[in-house]
Amino acid sequence: MSAQPPARSDTRDALAWGGDSPDSRTELEPVALGPYSAAAVASPTGYQAYGRTGAGLSRFRIFRGSWTRVVSLIVVVGLWQLLSSTGVLSPSKLVSPATIAHTAYNLVVTSSPTYGTLQGSLLVSAERWGIGLGLGVTIAVLLAIVTGLSQVAETAFDPIVQALRSIPLLGVLPLFIVWFGIGELPKDLIVLLGAFFPMYVSTFAGIRGVDPKLRELGQVLGLSRRELVTQIVLPGALPMAFTGLRLSVISSLLALVVGEQINANAGLGFMITTAEQFLQNNIIMVCLIVYAILGLLADAAVRALERKTLAWRPEFVK
Amino acid sequence: MAPRVREVTPDGAASRLLADDVAASVRGLTKRFGPRVVLDDLDLDIGHGEFVAMIGRSGSGKSTLLRALAGLDRDVTGSIGVSGPVAVAFQEPRLVPWKRVLANVALGLRESEPARAAAAALDEVGLTEQAAAWPLTLSGGEAQRASLARALVRSPSLLLLDEPFSALDALTTITMHRLVLTLWERHRPAVLLVTHDVDEALALADRVLVLRDGRIAHSSAISVPRPRDRDHPSLTALRLRLLTELGVPAEATA
Repeated sequence: MSAQPPARSDTRDALAWGGDSPDSRTELEPVALGPYSAAAVASPTGYQAYGRTGAGLSRFRIFRGSWTRVVSLIVVVGLWQLLSSTGVLSPSKLVSPATIAHTAYNLVVTSSPTYGTLQGSLLVSAERWGIGLGLGVTIAVLLAIVTGLSQVAETAFDPIVQALRSIPLLGVLPLFIVWFGIGELPKDLIVLLGAFFPMYVSTFAGIRGVDPKLRELGQVLGLSRRELVTQIVLPGALPMAFTGLRLSVISSLLALVVGEQINANAGLGFMITTAEQFLQNNIIMVCLIVYAILGLLADAAVRALERKTLAWRPEFVK
Repeated sequence: MAPRVREVTPDGAASRLLADDVAASVRGLTKRFGPRVVLDDLDLDIGHGEFVAMIGRSGSGKSTLLRALAGLDRDVTGSIGVSGPVAVAFQEPRLVPWKRVLANVALGLRESEPARAAAAALDEVGLTEQAAAWPLTLSGGEAQRASLARALVRSPSLLLLDEPFSALDALTTITMHRLVLTLWERHRPAVLLVTHDVDEALALADRVLVLRDGRIAHSSAISVPRPRDRDHPSLTALRLRLLTELGVPAEATA
């Protein structure tokens, strides 16, 4: 009996934004397809954890973590500003934090003829992101439930999804322009694709990875097929689904940047593409930072939702 | 409750109704893993309210028998008849982590007021205060008590206990033994306890079976009244006998 959670691999760390979350499970491979032991290791139910009470400790860790985060951010930005002010970093290569702040301020308070306002662009991008992410996640969850619960559906659909998964979004971009023109549709679809794959793969793995012992228990308790799915299988898949959602939020944001290079006339991606032509590094930097903040905020929102939904997990129990 | 006979083989032994005095009846139960015979034409009757302990080395087929009785292993031949509901308490408590303790006990319960019945069952095992707790916050003993409550709330006529105390510490195990006996005396289900612990079998059971090579190699009734003194002469004698049956030489156990 070990109280240790399964070790996190380097990939998992690298994929998890914020990096320090104790709950990040970024298993990308469908774990349940392998032998029983693989499923048991990835099982989100963690029977090893009986009797563990680490709530106080983890709260302390989060508190300490936020301090470390703030301090390290201040140090990095301060150093950057220092190097810029002393001329070590040339403004033509990397503009200073102060310049970025000033540019951002101007973009917010004045509407430039080329770019419009920053908040206007943000709104346009947020809409594309929201549509693509919402649809992509919904379709992924529905499909994963179908393939996760039915062997026939898995055989029919899963290989196709797995094959499409490895196609780079940048590669399909020209095709999307041919197929769907240069309006909003191809941009939304690119974001949708970016959101779809991580969500699908994780949810599917979550459904298949539900502890077989719990399925057996459901059988012993005389649960109907419907009860087994709604009470045991789907709730058991939730931790993995949340991991998928966190990955989807980020990968759809990356897809948004790609998609907005298609002949856009508004949005953050449009701002970057335009600023590139005029060599306005400061504007590019502002947009990149806005993207980063969007990603962090969205990830934090998903984590908050996760904490609420998965209140039963030892690390969340109060 | 009307006797229920589960035919486990499509073409095997004919269905037979249970005799009135047995809670479970197994006839000609056979299970093969490839060339290996795990259960070999096994017969077993468990009387109403009888507490049977089954001991055996790992691989003796005791878990397979229990799984067959629980309806979890359909890949056996022979016939199994049970007179009423069957409930199982597993080695690991198998509480559903995302359901609070009360909901775990009430899970799948077909009653008009499942929550009330579950609360009463939790009260019986002394877990009323943990009713709203998440399972992963329970200690091993508490989780196993919740698992017992979940089994008993179904008023089983046959209660299967699959080494439920083997992961607990010695003191908790003693408490659990007392609790199981109290609950058994109150509800009187037939019990089949699978264990590898000879002393546990001697402390609890009316009858001890030794399973070896897929057959019942030995059977002893125990008439010593409970609670039992571990050093009671007839228990001491039986302990040696059982250990010999299990293939452990007497000298090594002194």
